[in-house]
Amino acid sequence: MKKYVQASWDEPLLNELSRPGRVGNSVPSDPTISSRFKDPQSLVPQSMRRDSLNLPELSELQVLRHFNRLSQMNFSVELGMYPLGSCTMKYNPKVSEMIASSDAMKGAHPLQPAGTVQGILSIFYDLERALCEITGVHRFSLSTAAGAQGELAGVLMIRKYLAEHGGGARDEILVPDSAHGTNPASAAMAGFKVVKVPSGANGQVKASKVQELSSERTAGMMFTVPNTLGLFEGEVKEVCDAVHAAGGLMYYDGANMNALLGRARPGDMGFDVVHLNLHKTFATPHGGGGPGAGPVGVTRKLADYLPVPVIVKEKTGYSLDYGLRRSIGPLKGFIGNSAVLLRAYIYIRLLGASGLKDVSSMAVLAANYLWKSLDPEAFPASHEVELLRKHEAVVSVKGDLPGSAMTVAKAILDLGMHAPTVYFPLIVHEALMIEPTESEPEEMLDEYAEALNSIYAKIKDGTLGPVPKNTSVGKVDEVKASHPLTLRVHW
Amino acid sequence: MLPNLDDDFVGRMLRKVGAATVEDLFSDIPEGVKLGRPLRLPEGGSEYAVRREVQARLRQNKTPPETLCFLGGGVWPHYVPAAVESITSRQEFYTSYTPYQAEVSQGVLQALFEYQSLMCDLLGMEACNGSLYDWASAAGEAVRMAGRVTGRNKVLLGGNIGPQRRGVIRTYTEPMGMTLETVDFDRATGRMDSEDLKKKLSDGVACLYFENPNYFGVIEDEAPEVTSLVHSSGALVVAGVDPISLSLIREPGAYGADIAVGEGQPLGIPMNYGGPHLGIFAVKDIKLARNMPGRLIGLTTSVADQQRKAFAMVLQAREQHIRREGATSNVCTNQSLMAIAAASYLSLLGKEGFRTLGETIIANSHFAAKRLSRIEGVVSPHFKGAFFKEFVVSYKKAKAESVFGKLAKLGVLAGSPTHIEVGSQSGLYCVTEVHTRDDIEALAAALEEAV
Repeated sequence: MKKYVQASWDEPLLNELSRPGRVGNSVPSDPTISSRFKDPQSLVPQSMRRDSLNLPELSELQVLRHFNRLSQMNFSVELGMYPLGSCTMKYNPKVSEMIASSDAMKGAHPLQPAGTVQGILSIFYDLERALCEITGVHRFSLSTAAGAQGELAGVLMIRKYLAEHGGGARDEILVPDSAHGTNPASAAMAGFKVVKVPSGANGQVKASKVQELSSERTAGMMFTVPNTLGLFEGEVKEVCDAVHAAGGLMYYDGANMNALLGRARPGDMGFDVVHLNLHKTFATPHGGGGPGAGPVGVTRKLADYLPVPVIVKEKTGYSLDYGLRRSIGPLKGFIGNSAVLLRAYIYIRLLGASGLKDVSSMAVLAANYLWKSLDPEAFPASHEVELLRKHEAVVSVKGDLPGSAMTVAKAILDLGMHAPTVYFPLIVHEALMIEPTESEPEEMLDEYAEALNSIYAKIKDGTLGPVPKNTSVGKVDEVKASHPLTLRVHW
Repeated sequence: MLPNLDDDFVGRMLRKVGAATVEDLFSDIPEGVKLGRPLRLPEGGSEYAVRREVQARLRQNKTPPETLCFLGGGVWPHYVPAAVESITSRQEFYTSYTPYQAEVSQGVLQALFEYQSLMCDLLGMEACNGSLYDWASAAGEAVRMAGRVTGRNKVLLGGNIGPQRRGVIRTYTEPMGMTLETVDFDRATGRMDSEDLKKKLSDGVACLYFENPNYFGVIEDEAPEVTSLVHSSGALVVAGVDPISLSLIREPGAYGADIAVGEGQPLGIPMNYGGPHLGIFAVKDIKLARNMPGRLIGLTTSVADQQRKAFAMVLQAREQHIRREGATSNVCTNQSLMAIAAASYLSLLGKEGFRTLGETIIANSHFAAKRLSRIEGVVSPHFKGAFFKEFVVSYKKAKAESVFGKLAKLGVLAGSPTHIEVGSQSGLYCVTEVHTRDDIEALAAALEEAV
């Protein structure tokens, strides 16, 4: 194994670096105006004048050093393999960053007249058409800011559509037990009761189970395909049929769409509503937790319910339509995460039709290859070995020691690689959820599998020792983080 | 982007998997749902070709420096220091994800903790996060939270809040069965009508949401009285703020707001035609933190070395990945990188720079309002209330839409129609530190032509 030590700066907090009188950046100011105002704060009514302002005072170089040191204590896709399951940590093309940093993008105000933003609007239009083709639905709204907001929009549309079509009493949403937590959370936010659908013994949802749980109270079902176990839901069509037969609508959670690009489309499977996580499948950087973008698409009958605005193309050009008559309303103040949408469009243009299909081929090949490279004794598969995996595989860490998945995760950090997602899905004991993505070269996949196998061997023979030790800090005290709870400094 | 596409790699990898062809890897997809044709999309282009094509399209956008932008309303033109862009361009920050593994993610964790601290100081609050998408969705979440905390379901909204926030609050609260009622504003000053507020307060009210400065740019100078009035009926106060205004204007914590929300975009984040931006969310009482939506970062130490400070995500039992349908919100992917931008912005300007910024803005905007008042057929500012960086201009004869369109044709983006009935045709104007006297003269010349 290669040696690895993460940078470790015992970097003070900004307030500890502060010295009175320092300013890091000059504020632009026109002296021909400022000279006319002797005491500008007197323009604020007395009762509302700020008494004191407590901000740290640093030079520009100090600020840069501070944040650059922090950045060195942060693992990232461009430093090493980051197979966080369900998060699709693929390579984000640099050219997208370059294009998105142009003044023509950054400097555009969302209230500008449409005639002055034809460039970005034409890109939105083409992006929407591409997403419709990729997913097989009729129309998208690009306005939702993240996958979870796309989900909320989706269930709100289901709710409103049903209310207007005699289904107002339908108050339940079916959600498989393997689903991401955002699914039940979004359904609850939209006012629904969540009915858990237990996965079958093979990790997949049975249409017969869905039929059994469906009733005149069923508004719909949120379904992730492939699911969080990395398995294609073989009965997806029958599940859609069962929910439709009960009078409900089907929601496709597109978190795992990377596995299906150019191979299968939710619209063809029978889904009514679809969201995509552009930051996952369409390679926009995850930003240490965000931003993302979670456009939501629908079949023809739901098109008028989309969150506003939507893009329209007319003879006079492109514009934003805020007036959809049956819309659930806006979910974001201004348009959408436009700079993320732009990057997703660039990604689609770089790859094109066959490139996107290659992405799903290579992502699925990598996931299965890595999975098969693991020692099956150490890391038994969560469900049937005979079944192929799609974008990711879920394994357990063998043995009855609680916390073994966490130990494996911390141990692999010591080798300069990021851990898989751990303890998810909740239905798998000591789960490791591994999604290598199409971006990792074969030899990196080998290295990762070898690392996991050797870590298990060391756990087994008791030679692992405390982990992690090569990271910027040793194991973080998460109990103490909550007791006492310190969410800010006072200084 | 696809390192294993070559047949040699594919062949070796397939052998390990035990499949003959790549197609076999997809044999679990039933024939009935397989896409039996290629996607109807153009083929991919080289990096150079795509860059050329997309940049050419973006150049059709009319943006500064080619145009002048005096638009506001919740997204504002401010200067983004080069050092902020340098920091947010660090790939360690922007190509990582949620810091689930704290030991290798101290960079993002500490940066977000610094954001929380800086914003708490700025807002006068005890807990703050950078985990919501934008001002409007933060306002929606705040009103929902007020409903949960108080067990009440009526919401009072200022009549002078931004239409964007009003729309999103409606979408977010409708499924909870919350009802919205509008508190009128004074037609002369543009400020909230506290007499109308008194009439509408009752023991069914969960919260008042108002903005300060409000959508018209006017400072709500009765904010302390308003909050005590609202508190006396057992409701919470949610204040929406432009963080830049807090350079000169009292912080929401100081006038009694329970929850503060706002738009973090002016803190070093480009306007980006609508996003990504940053939803500010903060609470005054630390106990309310347990009801907050989104991620929170806490200060702790390493287990082995209790002298070594460290950071971790905390109170995760509120969140969707643990609590599922019982979570305080569905937020997962959020706006971390934008919060890092805001933290670096605030530390670059610092106490003195931030105050200078506020003074420059209020001077520039007052200079501009006065300059526009010299134009015939224009009332500037329309409202008598004190303002910070935005103000409403009304037109005696011209239509707001027409002025807005004409100005744009003259290369000046300004005067977005207010969309709230203020008694005459009017537009919103925003003047910040980026505007020079020449810019303001150019705006005046264009407006003279447009009305």
